[in-house]
Amino acid sequence: MTSLQTLRIALRALLRNKMRSFLTMLGIIIGVGAVIAMVAIGEGAKARVEASFAAMGTNLLIVLPGATTSSGASGGFGSGPTLTWDDVKALQTELSSVKHAAPSLRKNSQIVSEEQNWSTGITGTTPEYFSVRSWPTSSGASISQSDVDGGTKVVVLGQTVVAKLFGASSDPVGQTVRIANIPFQVIGVAGKKGQSPTGQDYDDVAFVPVTTFQSKIQGGLQKYMTGVIYVAAAGDVARAEKDVTALLRERHRLGDGQPDDFSVRNLAEVAGAQAEGTKTLTMLLASVAAVSLLVGGIGIMNIMLVSVTERTREIGVRMALGAKPRHILSQFLVEALALSVLGGLIGVALGAGSAGVLASEFGWPMLVRTDVAVIAMLFSGAVGVVFGLYPARKASRLDPIQALRFE
Amino acid sequence: MQDIRRVYRMGDTELHALAGVTLTIEHGEFVAIMGTSGSGKSTLMNIIGCLDRPTSGTYFLDGEEVSRLDVDRLAEIRNRVLGFVFQSFNLLPRTSAAENVELPMVYAGVPAKERRARAIEALTKVGLGKRLDHTPAELSGGQQQRVAIARAIVGRPRVILADEPTGALDSRTSVEVMAMLQAESDLGITVVLVTHEPDVAAYAARVISLRDGKIVSDQRQTPLRAAPPEASA
Repeated sequence: MTSLQTLRIALRALLRNKMRSFLTMLGIIIGVGAVIAMVAIGEGAKARVEASFAAMGTNLLIVLPGATTSSGASGGFGSGPTLTWDDVKALQTELSSVKHAAPSLRKNSQIVSEEQNWSTGITGTTPEYFSVRSWPTSSGASISQSDVDGGTKVVVLGQTVVAKLFGASSDPVGQTVRIANIPFQVIGVAGKKGQSPTGQDYDDVAFVPVTTFQSKIQGGLQKYMTGVIYVAAAGDVARAEKDVTALLRERHRLGDGQPDDFSVRNLAEVAGAQAEGTKTLTMLLASVAAVSLLVGGIGIMNIMLVSVTERTREIGVRMALGAKPRHILSQFLVEALALSVLGGLIGVALGAGSAGVLASEFGWPMLVRTDVAVIAMLFSGAVGVVFGLYPARKASRLDPIQALRFE
Repeated sequence: MQDIRRVYRMGDTELHALAGVTLTIEHGEFVAIMGTSGSGKSTLMNIIGCLDRPTSGTYFLDGEEVSRLDVDRLAEIRNRVLGFVFQSFNLLPRTSAAENVELPMVYAGVPAKERRARAIEALTKVGLGKRLDHTPAELSGGQQQRVAIARAIVGRPRVILADEPTGALDSRTSVEVMAMLQAESDLGITVVLVTHEPDVAAYAARVISLRDGKIVSDQRQTPLRAAPPEASA
């Protein structure tokens, strides 16, 4: 008796009871479908988080001016200006682990075109900023060193600002806008950057040279810089973080016991923690789904036991006609296996389908992992064998005489 | 068959279903085993049919001592040497007549094409050549028993064991069934029939009566000839 015949006998038995077979499979279908969908959703969420961190810059450190202490009350980070322009220059030039360092000074201001106006964050910075953020312009030019040196009144607009002032698909390069009532020439448009991990719109921004920012928008040059410093690490972000901290402590003449008067944020760490969070979520969802797969397996065992009892006479007849115990064993085992594998297949299709629907619903990338699908299939097959074995053994050990007399 | 004993234990009491049966059945004989219920005839049938093993004693089937063989070997003997006909037909439900007849050949490893051809041949022989694809539910009792006979003979057994084959049939179809068994006997196949009806036993050439697990009589007789079966039904 070949395995193909065994399979045919098993399939015929399952087809005799279509509704019951389907309901038995349902547990496995839901289990496998849930595993596939949950993992796909988890992966999609992870990919989205990763994409938004990539938009922010993966090798990025942000140096914030530090806490000041006035009358014993500590202010938070950024509460007082402690970083100087020389600090920015030193970070840029003195450390081999730092590729670029750029200041970022921000102030919200009204920006006015001929017909529209919009309030946005005006950022004063240097040409390095665009390298640090890996943020090229989509049209026109970026801010140049000569703009910074000369304090020219030029502006690079973000995509959202362009859309608000000039309409979505227009190219405003060469036009003039007024910021704080001062005319600025639009020299470029920054490329689309998307959202920050917290949902903030990166493209709602306008860049001006840092010197122009200080003189025209902030109102006068200052010794301390009031913004933050973006630092792009040359290689290892952790090493750059250590070097930046050491350099600034040295420049600020902080003794061993004194706390930092600045703060260095490592975005890679934040991204890592976020990714870890989504991974934990994925694991949680997948394990819940795995439990339902197990429940599906118990459903198969249940029905197979019923089936063995119900078909006791059939088993007796088969034995009388020359079926060996192993023939009976394999027949019932293959039935359980066919149920679970078929259920697994339908589950994969269903899971992938629902993951696709959810992905388009939430605007996530659709990520059905083939390895997860294969593992889920193998797992459901294993469930079939494990939970089918007991009923099948029970069937194969029946006494033919008892089985033939069974009513 | 030498001094066959079969003891069932039920709790503390021992039930001697067969209390020493010695019996020889020759090739080609048509034997009826008679007795009331509880006489041990079914137990004897099960042992002859290799479905059960005696507690003690020896049983040679075709020169082979089968009473101590393992379950797999017994299954092979049932498959190759024996053919069964039961009182309640025992056809697989929702399975066509042809597939029912093919069943023993599936376990014998006969290729599908040959199985089909032999099943058709056997069913034609019992007059059901036009009912190949009918399921048992679509057949009358007599037709079902003929399918069962086709299934018993399709494996070309040397012995056919019929356990009350007419018990669930009316007298007219009973005669048909007996005629088929006599036809097989005429071809040289050993037929062992278990029944409690003397009318049915009359078709056999030898009648063995059992009571309380022992043979009380063993007589040869001139069998009553059953009318040949109708060509088709």
